[in-house]
Amino acid sequence: MLTVKNLTVAYDDTPVFSDVAVNFNAGKITGIIGPNGAGKSTLIKAILNLIKARQGSVDYNGQSMKSVQKKIAYVEQRKDLDLTFPIDVLDVVLTGTYGKLGLFKNPGKAEKQASLDALEQVSLSEFKKRQIGNLSGGQLQRVFVARAIVQQAEIIILDEPFVGIDLQSETAIMQILKQWRDENKTIIVIHHDLNKVTKYFDDLVILNHGIVDFGPAKQVYNPKNIESAFSADLSSVLFQEKEGVQ
Amino acid sequence: MTSIIEFIHALGKYDFLQSALLTAVMVGIMSGIIGSFIILRGMSLMGDAISHAVLPGVAVAYMLGINILIGASVFGVLAALLIGFVASRSKIKTDTSIGVVFSAFYALGFILISMAESSTNLHHILFGNILAVSDSDIMTTAVVLGLVILFVVTFYKELLVTSFDETYAKTYGLNVQIIHYALMLVLTLVTVSALQTVGIILVVAMLITPAATAFLWTDKLNVMLVLSAVVGVISSITGLYFSYTFNWASGPAIVIVAAMLFAISFVASPKQNFFKLKRSVAR
Ligand SMILES: Nc1ncnc2c1ncn2[C@@H]1O[C@H](COP(=O)(O)OP(=O)(O)OP(=O)(O)O)[C@@H](O)[C@H]1O
Ligand SMILES: [Mg+2]
Repeated sequence: MLTVKNLTVAYDDTPVFSDVAVNFNAGKITGIIGPNGAGKSTLIKAILNLIKARQGSVDYNGQSMKSVQKKIAYVEQRKDLDLTFPIDVLDVVLTGTYGKLGLFKNPGKAEKQASLDALEQVSLSEFKKRQIGNLSGGQLQRVFVARAIVQQAEIIILDEPFVGIDLQSETAIMQILKQWRDENKTIIVIHHDLNKVTKYFDDLVILNHGIVDFGPAKQVYNPKNIESAFSADLSSVLFQEKEGVQ
Repeated sequence: MTSIIEFIHALGKYDFLQSALLTAVMVGIMSGIIGSFIILRGMSLMGDAISHAVLPGVAVAYMLGINILIGASVFGVLAALLIGFVASRSKIKTDTSIGVVFSAFYALGFILISMAESSTNLHHILFGNILAVSDSDIMTTAVVLGLVILFVVTFYKELLVTSFDETYAKTYGLNVQIIHYALMLVLTLVTVSALQTVGIILVVAMLITPAATAFLWTDKLNVMLVLSAVVGVISSITGLYFSYTFNWASGPAIVIVAAMLFAISFVASPKQNFFKLKRSVAR
């Protein structure tokens, strides 16, 4: 279990959120939802030690995050990468093996095969030799999912992985996530399509500059919580539709 | 044509010319390799800054009679640390921080040099004096070349991943700061070696122009490193030939050749698509 305790994070004087406490369970796909600027990405970055928390702690089964760093795979939201970099798709995926290899060891046959398999899983095999600037946005996103696959992590964190991806790829990625869940991994997905929340996630965290609620998705995804995190209008639209169908 | 034969004859006859050629070739290789990482990391300005910031180190080395590599390394790394410190501890952007720090170091260097030595030496430091390399200079350059190759071969994968996607490298626990400062140290060493061939003012050209030329021809990092070194070597040899034949200063001669190679690549490389771009603009 990934445990966040009393976490306060600030970029400047006013914190994005204060005293956040939340758990992420192994063997579950946990969704994080909340409006733009709610602090979803910030929470993840603080968990990953990419930004220093002002206060609080994060641990994984009692171990510090630093000591489990090599067991984490993370796919960032909107990367501002240099897309002209001289690297092809396969080599990007191959960098996913670097953490486990450590210093002074270079990727060999096994690592290359694992990368090819990962590309196969996200249906990008035919693009393996392509320079990364010559891909569509959705294809590029899938390259980073493939890199997360080869990391063979225990904790997988994806920040809005489905943005700009076609439904077919989205389904394929969800399939992979479900397989990981069955292998008892801890999976965290920031997501913005509220319609799919109960379909995709076992647990749900609702965030709006602090925790609105968290727990099993079916319980937490209710009109009251959506109203307090987003708006009454949105809540009524989402839940009326649902009742209409039922 | 006859001048090429003359040049080759002279090479056989004069030790100083052989030394110059050897040094120029070694510097071409190392600056091509390190320069590739500098441009891919978007650090061209940093390359320029470090090459200027070593000047006080050169002066101090003269004063104390120690190897200039040591003096220069201290000041080069100090400048890199200071630039990083100012940028991370304030809202000042990195390029501004670079501007402030390197100009201060450069100014300090001028003052120290004028205290230490005659002005002829300053001229050589600024513009290079490849025809006066000593045997110990050649040895030092060879050691630096060895270090550069060892560094890049050993940490190839770390250099690649931090240049391409630093955030990702951080998440798997790589100490990206150490890689950055190690690269700055190696850059400083390369700079000092290149002082002899092209001088402080043009070091940045040897770092950036061959690498930029190589970048136009390939989508593979390892190929780019080799190509960049090759372009560096061709520029060095051809530049030295012009320098000897027409009595040009060696630094500008080498840099002009590198720039010519870049210009040709800019027009001809398939990646640049110069003709296609022009056509689609015209349409
Ligand atoms: N690097 C930064 N410096 C200063 N403020 C920042 C920075 N990054 C984010 N913020 C601010 O912190 C708040 C939370 O941002 P965050 O990126 O965590 O939101 P988010 O929930 O991920 O939003 P989105 O749905 O748009 O991705 C926002 O108000 C944002 O403006
Ligand atoms: Mg976000």
